[in-house]
Amino acid sequence: MNDTPRDADDPIEPVERDRPGGSPDSGEQPTVVHAPQATAVTPVATAPGATDDRTVEDDDPWGSAFRRIMGGNLVMALLAIFASLVVGGILIAATDERVQAASGYFFARPGDMLGAIWDAVFGAYSALFQGSILNFSRPEAGFATMIKPLTDTLNFATPLIAAGLGVAIAFRVGLFNIGGRGQMLWAAAAAGWVGFSFQLPPVLHVLVAIAVGIVAGAIWGAVAGALKAFTGAHEVIVTIMLNFVALWFITWMLRTPGLLQNPASNNPISPPMPDSATLPSIFGPPFILHWGFVLSVAAVIFCSWLINRSSLGFQFRAVGYNKSAALNAGMDVKRLTVLAMAFAGGFMGLAGAQQVTGAVTTGFTSGIDAGIGFDGITVALLGGSTPWGTFFAGLLFGAFKAGGFRMQAAEGVPIDIILVVQSFIVLFIAAPPLVRAMFGLPQPGKKSRRQRRDEAALKAMTQQKGAQS
Amino acid sequence: MTTQQPAEVQPAADERIELERAVVKHWKAPISYAVLTAVSFILMVLLARDGLARLRLASGGDFFQIPDALLPVRATGVVVVVLLALLTAFSFWAAATVRKVGAWLPVVFGIVFVVGFLVWAGAGAMIPIPGLLFATVGLSVPLIFGAMGGVISERAGVVNIAIEAQLLGGAFTGAVVASATGSTIVGVFAAMVASVLVSMVLAVFAIRYFVEQIIVGVVLNVLIAGLTNFFYSSVLTDNPALNSPDRLPRLNIPLLENIPLIGPALFNQTAIVYAMYLIVPLIAWGLFKTTWGLRLRAIGEHPLAADTVGINVPRLRFWNVSLAGAVAGLGGAYFTLDSNGAFTREMTAGLGYIALAAVIFGQWHPIKATAAALLFGFASALQQTLGAIGSPVPSEFMLMLPYVITILAVAGFIGQSRPPAASGKPYRKQ
Repeated sequence: MNDTPRDADDPIEPVERDRPGGSPDSGEQPTVVHAPQATAVTPVATAPGATDDRTVEDDDPWGSAFRRIMGGNLVMALLAIFASLVVGGILIAATDERVQAASGYFFARPGDMLGAIWDAVFGAYSALFQGSILNFSRPEAGFATMIKPLTDTLNFATPLIAAGLGVAIAFRVGLFNIGGRGQMLWAAAAAGWVGFSFQLPPVLHVLVAIAVGIVAGAIWGAVAGALKAFTGAHEVIVTIMLNFVALWFITWMLRTPGLLQNPASNNPISPPMPDSATLPSIFGPPFILHWGFVLSVAAVIFCSWLINRSSLGFQFRAVGYNKSAALNAGMDVKRLTVLAMAFAGGFMGLAGAQQVTGAVTTGFTSGIDAGIGFDGITVALLGGSTPWGTFFAGLLFGAFKAGGFRMQAAEGVPIDIILVVQSFIVLFIAAPPLVRAMFGLPQPGKKSRRQRRDEAALKAMTQQKGAQS
Repeated sequence: MTTQQPAEVQPAADERIELERAVVKHWKAPISYAVLTAVSFILMVLLARDGLARLRLASGGDFFQIPDALLPVRATGVVVVVLLALLTAFSFWAAATVRKVGAWLPVVFGIVFVVGFLVWAGAGAMIPIPGLLFATVGLSVPLIFGAMGGVISERAGVVNIAIEAQLLGGAFTGAVVASATGSTIVGVFAAMVASVLVSMVLAVFAIRYFVEQIIVGVVLNVLIAGLTNFFYSSVLTDNPALNSPDRLPRLNIPLLENIPLIGPALFNQTAIVYAMYLIVPLIAWGLFKTTWGLRLRAIGEHPLAADTVGINVPRLRFWNVSLAGAVAGLGGAYFTLDSNGAFTREMTAGLGYIALAAVIFGQWHPIKATAAALLFGFASALQQTLGAIGSPVPSEFMLMLPYVITILAVAGFIGQSRPPAASGKPYRKQ
């Protein structure tokens, strides 16, 4: 332990400075961060003229990433989704057996291969659509069968929306919550424990279970927040590590009789949830869409109010825009950091609780999170870290999931393709210049080739004149 | 935990100017030692187990056979706890008098603690130490390669969360190419190429498009997991011939493999492991003694200064991140061409994140990161060994250890954790 001035308790600077990854305010100077939604905070000009914008971005990798993600308009999002579906289509076609067979004699009969490609890709994406929006393959089976895929989509979107909010709200405070897995696991364990060990009246029981789950997730999130606020540990590293700590802890509890293990089983699995502690289906069978979706919508409304209308949300955003300014304005940044991570963990907790009370009610394992904690990151990024953006992004990824299962069953395309498409969407969303280049769109702020040529010519002329005179 | 005691400044009139001297006392390390000592006291004295613990120290072909160590569990526990308490007391004294303590203290503390724990856990059973060490090396190899990739990349200023993706991509490609060509060497190189490609995606997005590096890393992990799963399900399950690579042959180094205790663990390995013995010191030497290393560290610590003296920061970052991928790719090849022999879904199982933990716990230094990776490998080897003899500690807690240690490290309770200053920050030329 050396005596370095960067260590712990200095009020403003060091805690922010020495972390891997950087954050909105790890720059050397107090930075001016343009509000992600542009208008709320009037930027205080520091540098004059045209360089202003650039210096801000230099000091502030996160802010620029946010701005890019949030500034990305609907067109960019749609182009990114389209490009990702094209990539997915290429993969589907490349691994399709008929395509591979036809590629052997491509030059003899190119039509065969092109037809096979069309069949493979169209078949897969048609199954994706029918599995997620509208099943029109059997119109005689009735309206309910036709519309069921849409409710499946909402069902899969339910935890994704909640988890997306858990990432999005942390983003708004300048924090990166990768701890969704751990927070969901703790929430699932807590909600499940309340579910199968207590006897309560039906509606109350499930609500109490979910509330306890939310609190458990919030506590696990707050641990990460507190470690960041009081020791300066980077929240990305801490949340990643806490994920695994939670995973092994829950695994241990699930295989230890008397804790979470089902007494009737030797496997690491919990007892099933009683009926009083499960979220009932909204429309009744055959629809599996449960009331958790309503909770997710409520969470979106609450989150929207919290961020945009409440005093706490104002402070959250202030810290996210510029931590030093928030500190100077008298805000308790440490407390806000802990609170923000607690809220983030709480939303993740809602997702985890929905999993045990809605999706998997027959007893859960340590895989109950089903990767939703990570999916939440992509959902929040696609949704621009706004509550309603997260809602629609959650719907989209829910549709992918619902359709992915049908695609796997009907067309034999592994559901893992959905992960690939989702990842590409986020990569493309995060790098608009790449998407613009792919679609041949003009880059804003970049001059066209003709403009550059004219300017170069002008410059050369003036230099010549300067040399002559 | 840090107390500042600025020496008193005399409001001197005109005689001498006393310079203010800030004395910073660090109490985190002594407190960590105290906590560990308390844990040892509870385990080894209060919850002491009876009987003898047999530590087997010899293996087949040694030059000379070391007899088994038969240790009385209760007495050993007392001795160990006393030693730990003494070390803790020394640490407190050193902190109080603001003395610098060398690296020997944590090392000695760790060794004493591990011996005590082994004896306590092995009460009434036999623990084969050579086997434990062999497993340690085996489990550490991918961690070490991954950590080296992380060190190079982060020293160059690009946060590498994507180690997991690099390992997984390397493992998959290594298996497929080695199976298709029938040559393990080609497989190893293909694994490196695949990891380099993953790194290049990271580099392009981070350096050219200025995307937040953590986002790219996380997304790459998901992407590569999705891609390998997709190809595994759609291609490999139908064509098992594409997923049955030959494994690298085990090469014994004569004489060296007969060294008692460590010989079999270190010198009865495959070419990848021997390559590791060369690569780690090479990276350490290169980082701190060569022009390449100086430039690498410069662009990670202060890219503006590096740019000022004419270093092309984006280009150098790009190629070094790619190099990091090549090193991590060797770790990926180890999964399918050495330890396992076939690719399975998500076979890296979060080891990339442990490698990341090793980078942080190893303070972004190749040798220290290797030591950290060995420690984490040892923890999981120990968990396997104890699982075989009936562990008194739930194996999950042993598996949790690397993560807990890393959290303590980044929180400043163990060692110091300061990343390269510009790590994670994209560099834009003004």
